[in-house]
Amino acid sequence: MKQLLSFVHKEFLHVFRDRRTLLIMFGLPIVQIVLFGFALNSEVKNIGIMVLDNAHDINSQQIIDKIATSSYFQLKEPAQSYRDIERKFKAGTVKCALVFPAGFGSDLFHTGKADVQVIADASDPNTATIVATYLRSIIADYQQQLNPNAGVPYRIIPEVRQLYNEKQNGSLNFIPGVIALIFMIVSTALTSVAVVREKELGTMEILLVSPFKPLMVLVAKAIPYLALSLINFIIILLLSVYLLDVQIKGSLLLLFAESILFIITCLSLGLLISNVTNSQQTAMLISMMGLMLPTMLLTGFMFPLENMPWIFRVISHVIPSRYYYIIVKAVMLKGLGFSYIWQETLILIGMSAVLLTLALKNFKIRLS
Amino acid sequence: MNNKAIICKNLTKQFGSFKAVDQITFDVDSGEIFGFLGANGAGKTTAMRILCGLSFPTSGEASVAGFNVYKQQEQIKKNIGYMSQKFSLYENLTVVENIEFYGGVYGVSRADIKQRSSELISTLGLEKEAKKLVGELPLGWKQKLAFSVAIFHKPKIVFLDEPTGGVDPVTRRQFWDMIYEAAASGITVFVTTHYMDEAEYCNRITVMVDGKVEALDTPTKLKERFNTHSMDEVFYQLARGAKRSGD
Repeated sequence: MKQLLSFVHKEFLHVFRDRRTLLIMFGLPIVQIVLFGFALNSEVKNIGIMVLDNAHDINSQQIIDKIATSSYFQLKEPAQSYRDIERKFKAGTVKCALVFPAGFGSDLFHTGKADVQVIADASDPNTATIVATYLRSIIADYQQQLNPNAGVPYRIIPEVRQLYNEKQNGSLNFIPGVIALIFMIVSTALTSVAVVREKELGTMEILLVSPFKPLMVLVAKAIPYLALSLINFIIILLLSVYLLDVQIKGSLLLLFAESILFIITCLSLGLLISNVTNSQQTAMLISMMGLMLPTMLLTGFMFPLENMPWIFRVISHVIPSRYYYIIVKAVMLKGLGFSYIWQETLILIGMSAVLLTLALKNFKIRLS
Repeated sequence: MNNKAIICKNLTKQFGSFKAVDQITFDVDSGEIFGFLGANGAGKTTAMRILCGLSFPTSGEASVAGFNVYKQQEQIKKNIGYMSQKFSLYENLTVVENIEFYGGVYGVSRADIKQRSSELISTLGLEKEAKKLVGELPLGWKQKLAFSVAIFHKPKIVFLDEPTGGVDPVTRRQFWDMIYEAAASGITVFVTTHYMDEAEYCNRITVMVDGKVEALDTPTKLKERFNTHSMDEVFYQLARGAKRSGD
């Protein structure tokens, strides 16, 4: 036990002496959170819009006023012609345009029917779709305002509730993903590098000749990174709550317990990687390319898994972060208890057990 | 207690059909400085790994500090020290931290670590450097420190695997003074080397060729037997018959 303590102490010294490791460890979560929270925002706001109003009547003006007050749009100066619109589209200052034909108001008044054209820049299809939807709902809204008690016999008004995220906070979706990603980097990559570094330097030999048990070498290597990952976790949670306005709905204790489990999975993976290679660079490369990319792409936090070809969906099942992502979402955002996530928990426990056994076995084989 | 530090009898290590170590037999007395020579690939490292409890022999018998290499690897590890050709201290830890770490790993008590490390630092004259990172020390100092760390827990036997590689002659000389001191205090020294002048410093040497022990005697007697004045010549005559070369 005392031996283990001196070893763990030494590992902490390594971490604190190595500026690069420290930077990766504590700079990364902050950068990631800020990046994902503010820069990579999938919400569409302040879209440049211009109006070509050939009608110039009270109805067209009322619609334009409605658009101008909406926070989704930023009304640019009115267009004089279609060519005007085209020029602004090419310049990229405007993403959509609304065209009222001459006689819009009178058509509406006399025939009860009028056309309005919506033009959107679909070089970004997602934004274009969202913009069209926004405009459609603004116009529909206006239509209803016009005749509040119109003689439509049946009216169905869908009352939409965005469950678990009423305020449509975009940060909610990615924070569980970022947490998973950071654990992958800190626990897996840094642990594997820390073990391989001893092999590279030749100090591993000395450790193996010492009475210190090989199994303990791995444990001692893993403990500091477990602790540091937890500190990281707390930093991320604090940033999420105070900077990005994310509420933690479920049990904090459960969240921590599940996170420790996932960190152990990551550590086992890191130890396994350190067994198959003898160079720090290879270890880093395997961790980064082999694990980070799949974590980003195949856990479902950036791209929905449901839309992927079956082969990717199958592959995603062996990626640990997929399950952790589900767990964090369930506990943190939905406030669910253990009874909803026991399956995912069980899978992670199974994965850790298999990875850890493989890591230890390989480590021993290397000795004889 | 018998006064043999190491006993090997027909020790063999086989990898597939390749006999890395082929029926070697020798013993090392307590307090002796025992040189273990051989060209690259002669089987030195493999033999040493068995004696350090890092790998099991295929057949034959061996005991180190009175412990069996098959069954008592743990006890062996507690009673030996080891220093390898690769520099073996942590560069980004200070001198004191390195000493404390190795002391801790070998289970030396905290009070003992404290006392012995300050003694060690003053013997080595490293008072000013004690709080410096080991990476900042010159190579010669590092090697001396590494040796001191290897015998810090007062082992019965210390294994040195080409300890003076890349070190200048003056430092090598000082290094050997330290080895003599250790031997005088009762520690058995088992050392491999490529430098033939160092071989002369040993009490007895063995020369391994193709996995076998080809010669085992004092340097003086070996020179007599091969009718020459230099160990270089002895080594050359023995090693030129080797079929294996390289690692």
